[in-house]
Amino acid sequence: MSDLVQIGAKFEPRIVAFFCNWCTYLAADLAGTSRIKYAPNTRVIRVMCSGRVDPQFVLDAFAKGADGVLIGGCHPNDCHYQEGNYKALRRYHLLKRMVRQMGIEEERLRLEWISAAEGDRVRVVVNDMVEKIRALGPLKRQPAAEPAPEEVTAT
Amino acid sequence: MSEANGNVRIGVYVCHCGANIGSIVDCKAVAEYAAGLAGVAVARDYKYMCSDPGQDLIRQDVQEHGLNRIVVASCSPHLHEHTFRTAAGKAGLNPYYMHMVNIREHDSWVHEDRASATAKAIDMVRAAVRRVARHQALTRGSVPIHPAVLVVGGGIAGIHAALTLANAGKKVYLVEKQPSIGGHMAMFDKTFPTLDCAACILTPKMSSVKAHPNITLWTNAEVTKVDGYVGNFKVRVTRWPRFIEEDLCSGCLECIEACVYKEPKFADEFNLGLGKRKPIYIPFPQAVPQVPIIDPETCIQFKSGKCKKSCLAACGERKAINFQQKEQVEEIDVGAVILATGFKTFDPLRTPYYGYGQYPNVYTSLEVERLVNASGPTAGEVVLRDGRKPKSIGIIHCVGSRDVAANRWCSRVCCMYSLKLAHLLKEHTGAEVFNFYIDMRTPGKGFEEFYQQLLNEGVHFIRGRVAEVTDWALDPTEEGKLVLRVEDTLLGVVRRIPVDMVVLSVGLEPQPDAQDVRRLFNISCATEGFFLERHPKLAPVNTFTDGIFLAGCCQGPRDIPDTVAQAGAAAAEALALIDAGSVEVEPNTAYVLEEVCSGCRTCVPLCPYNAISFDLQKNRAQIHPVLCKGCGTCVAACPTGSIRQHLFEDEEIFEEIEGVLANV
Repeated sequence: MSDLVQIGAKFEPRIVAFFCNWCTYLAADLAGTSRIKYAPNTRVIRVMCSGRVDPQFVLDAFAKGADGVLIGGCHPNDCHYQEGNYKALRRYHLLKRMVRQMGIEEERLRLEWISAAEGDRVRVVVNDMVEKIRALGPLKRQPAAEPAPEEVTAT
Repeated sequence: MSEANGNVRIGVYVCHCGANIGSIVDCKAVAEYAAGLAGVAVARDYKYMCSDPGQDLIRQDVQEHGLNRIVVASCSPHLHEHTFRTAAGKAGLNPYYMHMVNIREHDSWVHEDRASATAKAIDMVRAAVRRVARHQALTRGSVPIHPAVLVVGGGIAGIHAALTLANAGKKVYLVEKQPSIGGHMAMFDKTFPTLDCAACILTPKMSSVKAHPNITLWTNAEVTKVDGYVGNFKVRVTRWPRFIEEDLCSGCLECIEACVYKEPKFADEFNLGLGKRKPIYIPFPQAVPQVPIIDPETCIQFKSGKCKKSCLAACGERKAINFQQKEQVEEIDVGAVILATGFKTFDPLRTPYYGYGQYPNVYTSLEVERLVNASGPTAGEVVLRDGRKPKSIGIIHCVGSRDVAANRWCSRVCCMYSLKLAHLLKEHTGAEVFNFYIDMRTPGKGFEEFYQQLLNEGVHFIRGRVAEVTDWALDPTEEGKLVLRVEDTLLGVVRRIPVDMVVLSVGLEPQPDAQDVRRLFNISCATEGFFLERHPKLAPVNTFTDGIFLAGCCQGPRDIPDTVAQAGAAAAEALALIDAGSVEVEPNTAYVLEEVCSGCRTCVPLCPYNAISFDLQKNRAQIHPVLCKGCGTCVAACPTGSIRQHLFEDEEIFEEIEGVLANV
């Protein structure tokens, strides 16, 4: 239903958001119950912990047409699973480097710590990210590489 | 990734939630769109999916249309996932064949534009339809529950919860940080609006805690470690040394009498420094346990080792005094935890314009509770720090409450306790009493009547937030007095009111260590720092962590009746949980596909719960399903993709990604 999202000629970024079940997803719930208004550009995918966010999810989202990927986890020291958010942070730094090498602007990938109490922070982060990505324009994806002549199969 | 798991027939239900969703999201359009998606057999929109007729709709459709997957687009799964899983289960499906889409909290409530909110709902429903096609049938595991309960905090909330559970025949551990239980309530003089004496109604309950065979009471103790999960918490309690052996002490208090300090010399914590105590002391006469404590900061024996230890001699044969006592660590297994850690009062040093700490005759309300108390430092006589009796008293409401510069919330109890203090102060001193309020908030049984009583007693009420308290006299009547400068918003004039004594009605705040306690028990705090309940209306004593319940002011400011009611509710919830004997756990655990595992061991150190072990013989990782908490960190880290997670399978998430982005 892109016709509905891309009203007129204005570019509306598509942001895939991976929110952890215990902090950021609840913060987004709190934003809802507090009726805090923010940009309608995110599509939240719930994971139990930001540590569950496989780098492949992020790359897949960019490959499938996301203009941005937002990962939301608990604040350092507050992870429901003790340290999953640290694992997410480590992966995020590696991913950032990788994404940059692929020619994807840094602003398109973002990791934020948003606790269950910070409903308003969801608004701030989402609106800010939407603005920044809107300024960048749609993600320019590189054409797919030629397929390898023969598929390499693992034995 | 398009071929689904068997012959999938999906039912999609889009909830209007009255007008909550329907007024922003075009639910009909969403359902119509969903009807055209691959695998969808039925798509409907309905006013209230969570209602009985709504759930029946699912059941009927499963029968009539042979559905085997359900997507419900409504509110947050944190609210109704259980409801709809149960509905799917009742319809004869595996409960995990249901997936929820949050189009209320994450959509209709946060967006204003109907077109883009509808587009968002459509994207999310599409993602869920693709995801649910991949869902596997799962069964909930069941684990036995340890039938004991830990209650943290020995104020009125903890006491009431502990007694309720103990009376039901459950083993209760009550842990209190202070040397005695009783909490703030023990410090109060009378309670509003009935004016019954706090000690008279509290101390019998305190004694029953000590005497109850099912309650193990540890005071001067703290919870220092929590492991495990609902039904099976392993808790470490550290009992700090009080230098008196509780089992040997008979509570005769002769050691206190015998202390080399003939007169009490040190600021007494229970009386907020208004009174004095010795290095060996009992916090207050009715303290439970009736066992003294030695303060090593002030005891000569601890400071110099050169005391003649007359307390030892007084204790004599009982040998209860032990200067060498070390902290003691207790490890306990409990099935449920009730947190009743209470509150702290606002520190008025943060509102320096009220002169607390600067003018000796500015008191906090809690200090005044001690001053008017017959067992307080002045034996109930209200005298100022210079020994005078106040002839006029100003009570400032909302200090640290309803104030953007301090705390924004209303502390709920201050209006009423200010009225009570006004009554008591007038009774004790005959002084003119002025209340300075923003709004009088007296919603409670007998509260408004009490307010009327105070008006009839001739207590003055001035509507206006006091700007400052000053000793700068402008005329001889103000000489030697504290002047309250206030705009009387009913008269529309700025007034100066000279008084002898100022009482600051300080608000309620989260405990300073609330954040540490929160981390320890793996629960959340709300924006203000009070512990977050699972649902403000329907699960007010539950937390997002199963098996951990809340009681009293740690969840938010409340008065004694509400605290007791909530403590009873928390005890009932804990009782319902442990009496079930076993608890079902979510099946979202990780598992290893042995044939794919390369034996690289990347996962092993990642697990904070030591759920992953390495089988050296097979050269494969193994995940213990009971120890696994289901975070999925190892799943994301596994380089071969051999670790998978039930309910959050890679395929399911890839389908969601593709689903939300399709049609770009």
